[in-house]
Amino acid sequence: MAQVFSKASNRLPLIALVGGLGFLLFTIWFISYYFSPKYTDVGYAPKQPVPYSHQFHAGELGMDCRYCHSNVENGAIANLPATQTCMNCHNQVKPESVKLLPVRESWASGKPIEWVKVHMLPEYAHFNHSVHVNAGSKGGLAVGCETCHGRVDEMEVVSQVQPLSMSWCLECHATPEKYLRPAELITKMGYDQSRPADQEAKNLEVIKKKGIAPPTNCSACHY
Amino acid sequence: MSNLATHTSYDPPLVDGNPSFHDITEWVSVHNERKAKPYWWAGFSIAAMLTIMLVTCFLYLFWNGIGVWGNNNPVGWAWDIVNFVFWVGIGHAGTLISAVLFLFRQEWRTAINRSAEAMTIFAVICALIFPAFHIGRQWMAYYLFPIPGQMGMWPNFRSPLLWDVFAVGTYFTTSLIFWYTGLIPDIATLRDRAKLGSLRQKVMAFLSLGWSGSMKNWLHYEKAYTIFAALSTPLVLSVHSVVSFDFAVSQLPGWHTTIFPPYFVAGAIFSGFAMVATLLVPLRKLYNLENIITIRHIEKMNIIILVTGSMVGFAYMMEFFVAWYSGVQYEIYAFVNRAFGQYWWAYWTMFTCNVVTPQLFWFKKLRTSMTATFVLSIFVNIGMWFERFVITVTSLHRDFLPSSWDYYSPTIIDILTFIGSFGLFFFLFFIFMRHLPVIAVAEVKMILPQADPHFYEDHAGDGHHTHESAPTVKPSHS
Repeated sequence: MAQVFSKASNRLPLIALVGGLGFLLFTIWFISYYFSPKYTDVGYAPKQPVPYSHQFHAGELGMDCRYCHSNVENGAIANLPATQTCMNCHNQVKPESVKLLPVRESWASGKPIEWVKVHMLPEYAHFNHSVHVNAGSKGGLAVGCETCHGRVDEMEVVSQVQPLSMSWCLECHATPEKYLRPAELITKMGYDQSRPADQEAKNLEVIKKKGIAPPTNCSACHY
Repeated sequence: MSNLATHTSYDPPLVDGNPSFHDITEWVSVHNERKAKPYWWAGFSIAAMLTIMLVTCFLYLFWNGIGVWGNNNPVGWAWDIVNFVFWVGIGHAGTLISAVLFLFRQEWRTAINRSAEAMTIFAVICALIFPAFHIGRQWMAYYLFPIPGQMGMWPNFRSPLLWDVFAVGTYFTTSLIFWYTGLIPDIATLRDRAKLGSLRQKVMAFLSLGWSGSMKNWLHYEKAYTIFAALSTPLVLSVHSVVSFDFAVSQLPGWHTTIFPPYFVAGAIFSGFAMVATLLVPLRKLYNLENIITIRHIEKMNIIILVTGSMVGFAYMMEFFVAWYSGVQYEIYAFVNRAFGQYWWAYWTMFTCNVVTPQLFWFKKLRTSMTATFVLSIFVNIGMWFERFVITVTSLHRDFLPSSWDYYSPTIIDILTFIGSFGLFFFLFFIFMRHLPVIAVAEVKMILPQADPHFYEDHAGDGHHTHESAPTVKPSHS
């Protein structure tokens, strides 16, 4: 009897098996990367109403983060500065700059500048800045600004460098010793790249002594 | 397979009518090759319409939410879970027949294993859709699986509900592959009988994976079949044990009992064999397969129904004994409430159908009667559905907090969905009986007397034989 299919079709089961498995693995990889904030959110750098340069202010001038984001140690939200904060300097420095026109307009009219928020969490996830940056009961350890926001002192335009995904949060909550730093250095930029070699061991010691256990249960953030 | 036969020449032949190898092929294949009869179209159409009703019910639920079902506090698990356990349980007979009876060389299984395995697969499909919709947010169903995601969140591996996902998932894939492996030689037969160049020939050729019937093919086939049988055998016990953990691992009186796994497995095989009987008694008549599925096969299945039904009856009584013996008033209340509470009618329906009905099979007259088998198998099906209803609902409706006690009633959507699941089951079964051989043709040929290597010695090599020939003793391993 003549064969129904050609000899080449003998390879079909193998191709289907390997191809099917490959496709499955590819799909899982594709979705777990391209559907995750690692791809969708990292690198988000919206245009701001004023071309404010963190690279210049925080980097070259070396201003402390808390000069503008003054509430970070006291509240859930690291506030954006009021126009008055800008004008503290800019009524003396470059008072006629064209770039600063929107700031002066805001100052005159009393209407706030509409900064565009860069680091966004979903509404069902709560993040409290003060808890993370304050030493308090944590034996002098805290999370530095840089750990989540990156080298802001090198950013001309602020962009998101970390995914801010749930697994990313949980990574630090599960192994805080890798990320904590002395509380007096929270605003220091570049600390993470040049951490002392014994920082992790020191952290572990404090964590053990103080019983620091960042929560990993649902209601820690979803409440 | 036949060289390890336990079926000796003393026993009555397994196939009546003294057929040749070719007769078996003809008897079975003709139903796949000729035009469908009116009864098939009638049955198929009704089943298809009920399937559409099932789909409609689920779409309605998808749009409106779980509230369209009667589930509400404190009865959070109701008909959906009852139906799930009911359908999964039915599947178990297929696996028992195809795997366990194979390993024990029960050659009579060859007449029923193909359709029983098909029943298993279709029943598991019907089962799986219920928890898939029960979860509420169906578009989040992927949460059930350990998939890497940005949330870094994994299923709770300590939850029996997750074990259930794996148990039933494994069960479905294993059963499907096992069934398909067994089908390959028979599909090749259909391919070889098909008209040259027809679509039918192409489809069958594709599905038979290039089966040529060579010695090498058979060697691989038999090895694969034995391995699958060995893999499936633990599943007969494990799957319904894990299903029972959904209940037994919880702390609820009436659920939290160690007897559940064996009791569930016995119940599953009990209900499964009843469903096989429900399907095969009419099928053998419609397809003129009385010579292959004989009354002796039906009787053997009825004996299994009797044995497992007695186990189930024993378990019912042990539950009451243990509740009393525990001395815990809540445990005692849970069981007294089952039998004499608001759901007394469900309990006694269950008790009558599952405990009394199978005992009738002690009478040879009844267990060798097709009509009695069919009627009693329906009763067993009803009883086993009620068993799951009694377990699920009566334990839940008397919550820990008396203020939340309530009486559960299904909604019309519950009822239509359940009826629709039967529609889907029969829809799939009608397609199966139309397009695939309902009997494992190759396996039945292996148990014919002619398949015995010594057959022609006994019969002087004339190729003709009579069953009245002198009994011969076969070596146990020839």
